[in-house]
Amino acid sequence: MSKKILFVEDEPSLQKAMKEVLVQEGFDILTADNGEEGIVQAKENKPDLILLDLILPKKDGFTVLEELKKGEDTKDIPVIVLTNLEGTGDVEKALSLGATTYLVKANYELDDILKTVKEQIK
Amino acid sequence: MWFKKLLRKFDIMAECRRYDLGFWQCPNSLFIVMGFLIIIAMLITYWIGIHFVEPEVVIAIVSVVTIILLVIGHSLVGSFARIAEANRMKTEFVSIVSHQLRTPLSALKWSLNLLLGNRLGELNEKQEEYLNIINNSGSKMIKLVNDLLNVSRIDQKRLNVQPEQFSIEKAIEEIVKELSSLAKAHNVKIVFKDSKNLPEVCADSDKIKMVIQNLIDNAIKYSKKEGGTVEVSADRDRENKKMIRIRVKDNGVGIPSMVQKRIFGKFFRGENLVKQKVEGTGLGLFIAKGIINLSGGKIGFRSREGEGSTFWFTLPISKKAKNKKQ
Repeated sequence: MSKKILFVEDEPSLQKAMKEVLVQEGFDILTADNGEEGIVQAKENKPDLILLDLILPKKDGFTVLEELKKGEDTKDIPVIVLTNLEGTGDVEKALSLGATTYLVKANYELDDILKTVKEQIK
Repeated sequence: MWFKKLLRKFDIMAECRRYDLGFWQCPNSLFIVMGFLIIIAMLITYWIGIHFVEPEVVIAIVSVVTIILLVIGHSLVGSFARIAEANRMKTEFVSIVSHQLRTPLSALKWSLNLLLGNRLGELNEKQEEYLNIINNSGSKMIKLVNDLLNVSRIDQKRLNVQPEQFSIEKAIEEIVKELSSLAKAHNVKIVFKDSKNLPEVCADSDKIKMVIQNLIDNAIKYSKKEGGTVEVSADRDRENKKMIRIRVKDNGVGIPSMVQKRIFGKFFRGENLVKQKVEGTGLGLFIAKGIINLSGGKIGFRSREGEGSTFWFTLPISKKAKNKKQ
């Protein structure tokens, strides 16, 4: 069975590009446009990995991450933070909340992100 | 001549325009008003001192004048605060805009990744060529945005460094390898003088790599057209044994002594360089200085026009690494 990945991202063009590459690589991909939907999707579908943006409508990524790590059935899902936010303390905060990796979107090629996804999902 | 220069220093209207302040908010005009008031007050006090001898009157006048001066002084401080605030807002503006630019730039980058990775079908040669042009431009924009973000972080004293232990020799080797194609394109040879068995340093490895990359990149760009050589070396610092000194030496155009003082400033580009059209933002050395200062090291250079430049910086040796050796 193919692995399920949840991508929480509010920018449609980024969602589309990521979906394209992950589908081609044989993953099942679910998307959520905002933080609240991200949590609902994570609970219902129990993905094998979550790609999470930090600046999101309704609920920001930090809150989503915190709630995922508190939830009994979602706390073991690895979360890769994929964002363009890179302020002081953001990286430390996300990692201390339980994110496995922190990637800045503008600085990584899709193939690099794919590599990290494959490493985490093993 | 010197008189004109002095007058230019007090060009209040120009100052008002530059800082976008009204006449009565301008530090220089406030200073001049204050000076005149003091002179007038002294003359009046002198005149009164001659004609009426009671000290109470003199003291009363001096008190009134002091109060007036205090009020002016207060607005002087206020105008400096306003200038500082304007500067802070500008820095914040740059930071917000740069962050905002990253989202569309990421979409551009990822879409190009899909196209150039042949994930959306085979490309013909021409299509690939032009997509590569877009890709290079996109990468340059991302680099500029990242540079601007780093500059605003340094200005706001919010640049974050995460010190860790790493081998400076390996870092340099990696960068030399990465830049070899650029060197080839400029007909420049890069030589790394490896002094072997250096202890590891303690600094933010990603940021230090950025500094080394920037210095070598500059050395390549400003090197001689024919037979340019860039020499990179890392040794223990002779002055301070707890530091490692990294040098990047070129035999290129050198830096004119006129501009040597400004070289670590923002948006600096040597005057002869504008004519030569060298790529870059002119932010690299400002960022390098910010990073090295935060890492507990020093940065500097020696240069003579026409003979080349040597840029150097120092980094603290990791304490753990030293213990291991002993």
